[in-house]
Amino acid sequence: MAEQTQVLTDIDRLLQVAERLKNFLSEEAIENVKVHNGEVTVTVKRENLTEALQYLRDEEKFEMLVDATAVDYMHLRNETRFDVVYHLLSLTHRLRLRVKVSVRSDDAWVPTVCHIYPSANPYEREIWDMFGIHVEGHPNLKRILTYDEFPGHPLRKDFPLFWQPGQPLEKPEEKFEEW
Amino acid sequence: MVMAMATVERERALMTINMGPQHPSTHGVLRLILTLEGETVVDAEPVIGYLHTAIEKEAEHKTYHKVITLNDRLDYVSGMTNNFAYCLAVEKLLGIEPPLRGQYLRVIVSELQRIASHLVFLGTMALEIGIMSAFFYCFREREKILDLFEMLCGARLTYSYIIVGGVRYDLPEGWIDKCREFLREFPKAWHELDELISKNPIWLNRTKGIGVLRKEDAIAWGVTGPSLRASGVPWDLRKMMPYSSYDHFDFELITAEEGDTYARYWVRMLEMVESLKIVRQALDNLPSGPVIADHQWATPPPKTLLDKDMEALIRHFLFYSRGYPVPTGEAYAAVESARGEVGFYIVSDGSEKPYRMHMRSPSFIHVHALPVAAKGHLVADLVAILASFDPVMGEVDR
Repeated sequence: MAEQTQVLTDIDRLLQVAERLKNFLSEEAIENVKVHNGEVTVTVKRENLTEALQYLRDEEKFEMLVDATAVDYMHLRNETRFDVVYHLLSLTHRLRLRVKVSVRSDDAWVPTVCHIYPSANPYEREIWDMFGIHVEGHPNLKRILTYDEFPGHPLRKDFPLFWQPGQPLEKPEEKFEEW
Repeated sequence: MVMAMATVERERALMTINMGPQHPSTHGVLRLILTLEGETVVDAEPVIGYLHTAIEKEAEHKTYHKVITLNDRLDYVSGMTNNFAYCLAVEKLLGIEPPLRGQYLRVIVSELQRIASHLVFLGTMALEIGIMSAFFYCFREREKILDLFEMLCGARLTYSYIIVGGVRYDLPEGWIDKCREFLREFPKAWHELDELISKNPIWLNRTKGIGVLRKEDAIAWGVTGPSLRASGVPWDLRKMMPYSSYDHFDFELITAEEGDTYARYWVRMLEMVESLKIVRQALDNLPSGPVIADHQWATPPPKTLLDKDMEALIRHFLFYSRGYPVPTGEAYAAVESARGEVGFYIVSDGSEKPYRMHMRSPSFIHVHALPVAAKGHLVADLVAILASFDPVMGEVDR
């Protein structure tokens, strides 16, 4: 029971943080605030991302960028194909907050946050490498897990699971039955 | 102006040297592009990806249950904690809470795993600095833990013991006695290692004041685990955000102020003792009952029911072949592994396979924070600094 109340208060505190972030930026800067599985997700507009993270680090004491990654929602959404996801951790308040930015596939870029969180540097390179989302202003945007000549971006949903070097990328994915 | 700059450049005589990926002291296949001035490291750029196995891509094509076997292979020195974090994330999506005995068993195995992993760290770091014999003492002790795990689940490296809803098997007969024997014997071995290493003048010269990672840098770079605590930040997920009933146990949070190579070594040494404490408490207070939650479809039915109950047999086949659907949503769960925060971010579209699985691996960040700590030190010390962060390349490249 005690654990239950702890979780509730954490969510309340995170919602307050989201509220203050909305006041700091503007009403339109935040697309939505979602509570799911005891986690709070704030979706911000791309042009407000750096401002929002700067505010969260300096004023709300989310000192650590624990993780940054992207998700390709090709089969699930029509409008915006990718979500870039930042997981923030506050050592002072013991809170976790997820910040998201949605980008379209024909306009796939996000601004860099390297100058706010140095740890974003390798993560953003990974996002570029795996999803082909350009990171604007990154000091060293090279491929990180694959090699430089690698064609395509492997974690996109339209990249085939079975692919040999030299094979065209357009080849439809072979049917893979679990049974 | 150009001439002047060129002269300065020549006077500093910078040299670029490649280190790795085939190098015995890079803990796998890490490649570093070093910029040296004489023997001093001016800059180091890690180049990773030589062990990239596309596990995140493969996970999108496997059922939730089968992904557990992939997770072992990420951080192959402590497979248990990978399974642990992954299962916590899936449980969050499903809304399952494992029974108390299952939670305690998870704690026991992950603490034993922590000791085993720290022993590998200690052995390889000592090897790097030149104490050959410590390596054999460490691996002798690790062998005993691996024997315990083999008795428990039949595997010595890639366990898949922790599954969604709890753990796969209950303790076999005689396991607790064997574990208690290990708990009794291990302090002796610990003192042996302590005497062999901790006061060795060569060790002290090679590690004290070397590779200092300041508190601010550690936080900014997202360094976690023992390396963060060695920089003077009292942060441990087991204490600060307890999961799986870690709040039932009484243990110390080990920190050091210096942030140098020695501090990172010493924090890990003391953590082994704390892990022993936790295992002892867990064995003393081990509750009885089931080890795995009984969920309609997300946990396998008890083996004893299979030849009696038709429904259980159907559930068994569905579980292992088609898998189980997981409600739509996303979840991030993290545990404190031997290296730092291991987190799994899972996006589910309501089907039997994860739509996206991302692993937050501590070594990935530690390798990139290495240049911060290594700047201004000798090449020979770089090897020791790298070893003190204890990276595992399987987890860096994923």
